[in-house]
Amino acid sequence: MKSSSPLKWFATREGLYFVALAVLLVVLLPLALDPFRLNMVGKYLTYAFVAIGLVMCWGKAGILSLGQGVFFGLGGYCMAMFLKLEASTPEATAIQSTPGIPDFMDWNQLTELPWFWEPFHSFSFTLLAVIGVPVLLAFVIGFAMFTRRVGGVYFAIITQAIAAILTILIIGQQGYTGGVNGITDLQTLNGWDIRTDEARTILYFVCVGMLFLCLFVARLVQNRKLGRILVAMNAQENRVRFSGYDVAAFKIFVFCLAAAFAGVGGAMFTLIVGFMSPSFIGIVASIEMVIFCALGGRLSILGAVYGALLVNAAKSGFSESFPELWPFAMGALFIGVVLAFPNGLAGLYQTYVMPLEDKIFKRNKGAQLEAKPAEKAAEPKPTAEKTPDYDPMIDSYSPEKS
Amino acid sequence: MSAAKSKSGDFLLAVEGLTVSFDGFKAVDDLSFYLDPKEIRVIIGPNGAGKTTVLDLICGKTKATSGSIKFDGKELTKLKEHQIVHSGVGRKFQTPSVFEDLTVFENLEVSYPKGHSVMGALGFKRDAEVINAVEEVAETIFLTEALNEPAASLSHGQKQWLEIGMLLIQKPDLLMLDEPVAGMSVTERKKTAELLRVITRDHTVLVIEHDMQFVGDIADRVTVMHQGKVLSEGSIEHVKSDPKVIEVYLGH
Amino acid sequence: MFDGYTSSELMSIFAMQGFAGLSLFSVFVLMALGLAIIFGQMGVINMAHGEFMILGAYTTYLTSGFFQSYLPSLFGGYFFVAMVLAFLICAALGAFVEWLMIRRLYHRPLDTLLATWGLSLIMQQAYRSIFGAREVGVDLPEWMMGAIQVTDLVELPINGLFVMIIALSIAVGVYFLMYRSGYGKKVRAVVQNRPMAEAVGINSAGIDRATFALGCGIAGVAGAAFTMIGSTGPSSGQAYIVDTFLVVVFGGAQSLIGTIVSAFGISQAQSTMEFFLSGSMAKVLTLLVVVGILMLRPEGLMALKVRR
Repeated sequence: MKSSSPLKWFATREGLYFVALAVLLVVLLPLALDPFRLNMVGKYLTYAFVAIGLVMCWGKAGILSLGQGVFFGLGGYCMAMFLKLEASTPEATAIQSTPGIPDFMDWNQLTELPWFWEPFHSFSFTLLAVIGVPVLLAFVIGFAMFTRRVGGVYFAIITQAIAAILTILIIGQQGYTGGVNGITDLQTLNGWDIRTDEARTILYFVCVGMLFLCLFVARLVQNRKLGRILVAMNAQENRVRFSGYDVAAFKIFVFCLAAAFAGVGGAMFTLIVGFMSPSFIGIVASIEMVIFCALGGRLSILGAVYGALLVNAAKSGFSESFPELWPFAMGALFIGVVLAFPNGLAGLYQTYVMPLEDKIFKRNKGAQLEAKPAEKAAEPKPTAEKTPDYDPMIDSYSPEKS
Repeated sequence: MSAAKSKSGDFLLAVEGLTVSFDGFKAVDDLSFYLDPKEIRVIIGPNGAGKTTVLDLICGKTKATSGSIKFDGKELTKLKEHQIVHSGVGRKFQTPSVFEDLTVFENLEVSYPKGHSVMGALGFKRDAEVINAVEEVAETIFLTEALNEPAASLSHGQKQWLEIGMLLIQKPDLLMLDEPVAGMSVTERKKTAELLRVITRDHTVLVIEHDMQFVGDIADRVTVMHQGKVLSEGSIEHVKSDPKVIEVYLGH
Repeated sequence: MFDGYTSSELMSIFAMQGFAGLSLFSVFVLMALGLAIIFGQMGVINMAHGEFMILGAYTTYLTSGFFQSYLPSLFGGYFFVAMVLAFLICAALGAFVEWLMIRRLYHRPLDTLLATWGLSLIMQQAYRSIFGAREVGVDLPEWMMGAIQVTDLVELPINGLFVMIIALSIAVGVYFLMYRSGYGKKVRAVVQNRPMAEAVGINSAGIDRATFALGCGIAGVAGAAFTMIGSTGPSSGQAYIVDTFLVVVFGGAQSLIGTIVSAFGISQAQSTMEFFLSGSMAKVLTLLVVVGILMLRPEGLMALKVRR
């Protein structure tokens, strides 16, 4: 399963899939796309963070959260608060009746920065909060729910309700949150202008770097015994429990992990897009995140990245030319993925492409090692990096609380 | 993991006044019984007598309404399921519940009593110690040949053994088996009886079983349950000749 | 938040908002009943339930238009025709959807949730394409206009009262169907022990389809009633879906009484708080309390008595 030297790992099949993705994201797309389009891809990639988290949480452990937008949003808002404060210096806001506070607060007759905004003057606090706030909320929700054995559809509905609550709260409290418009007009990060093409390109690469960091963390978890327990828990929760594992702790862990990924994705979203608003975190946005994961293949972390890229690219494409058709396509995607190919593109890849690969690999091993990544990356194909230990046909059924 | 054995003369497991009621219906009613270390005890009784519920109560799956379960001096009713496992109680379910997608080796490895916390499971390494323990147990449960097979490909009887093996590798002091030979062929039954005899050299075993032949083969003592209560207790001959038992159970 | 009100003022406010909350209560009950049947009896989460309701509403809209143009003399009774049509159309579509996808997903409840969400997107966009994005309303028949004056401060609009009566009659009807009819017995048999039910000759697949169709049909009737108190847009159904799910779960999934009690509690809490707080904060607080209670008592309100 693992090779002894880290360099050799890149020559394994799994390693090659990672290399292929890296070549696509680091070399091919930046070469092929103008800065505007590349920025769009960067935005799609921020959703891949959420999708990777969902693979771990839903695909592996069977916990479907319909509220991942909440964590994405919290990460994004934390970053946006920091950037907004930086943009709201007393000089820049001299025309306001209270200079030095964000413009939307002034419009809403606030005369003082609310207490919970204060710590966001600090960049290091913000970085901590981007992960810390989502994880803390996930821990509270997870602790309350999983120790009481709430799972399955109940959990899904409650996370969805939490997404609704947060959205309504943010929209309703516009003096504190910027309301329905969100936090806009973000300009600099520690004095560095994030709106230039150059900055956006750099941020794209930062995003790709962070994405690979998350991928490696997810890979570490899934390949260790921890990952095996998560999958086992999904199928035989009681056997895991009576083998001496604290099932709730494992569920809380994976839910928090997914929240952390989503938080990082949200923060990157704010940086790349330049604003954050409630429309990215509500019920509809949150459930769309699930389809990114489902299309890619709910058990495949790399598939999740391709899923996020493809669905979002398709969405942009449709919205530009046939906006009225997009909901039909999206609806069909939900139904189709669930009914026809529950393991998503990764599952299809495993069934149809991997046998071909096997043949090629056997025929001439050496020559393929170099040709492979570029050839694969040229055409974004989903990959399946699953260890052979697991049957891909595990479905997501999780036993209800009895 | 294995807790210190109880002091000589003490019981390994002491169940006293155990009661659980569902919606007013007392599935287990003021039940008391005691297990000596290294004993094989079989619980028999008609359907609905509360046998499986007793195992559920001991392993923490069901919470008792009142009463106490003392295991090796520890009160189990206040512990969570995984804590009960860690204190040395293993439970096999009625229908084999193994991890079908994992190999036999991995099934046993997952049950190996190390790395049971989240961080422990993250840092867990398959070292020589683990491999030895797995191979040793695999031999006991007749599955050495099948170590690398996925559990899904095992026969029904082999799955039952695997689940027993998953308990053994935890080195529990008390093994609880719910109908271990149900659905087994005659040869498999014989082998299972043999397996249980090996197991009881180092473990106390509490078994629920219907098959009276099998019960006679393995039991040190038999407890007959009826309507949540102990109806009779003693050697197999004793309970077989107890008129109360004959009336409610064997007579049918 | 009660500062500055005298106790008699508070009483009037509570009474007034209480009556106002009743129309929200009716909507909750109407939507929740169909949902509770499908979820409680089959364990299926139908995310497209709101869209089925809206289908009923559009059916009513079309029926009222038809009566206005062709049968103006019978306009006063069009609602009852529309209600029957809404039930039939939604039930038929429900049976089709059950056949097409739901029956393939009974062992994967989370997947059902996603598939029906996809269905809801398609239905919403279909409404948008056919009826436009604008909300449409129907003309009320003469007899449903006006209000009954209860006290100086409080008056009850007849249409609101009528919808509530419909909601409660459907609830009673569902109760009798589920607990007093042969069909209900079969449904409950299937819920409790599917293999056994099949063994005694119950066609469990047929029961599933009928139950899903019934739930969707009730959603259609709910939609018909909905047009009497509000206008209908392509996404009007989605606006209520989360609240309604909470109503069902909060009430205890298998308890009809629980559903009604929780619909009443949630709608009243929200309506009362709306007077003192902004509408959004009232909703946030209501949802927070419900979610909080569900975290402490995941089995819901009424299920406590049934289980354990």
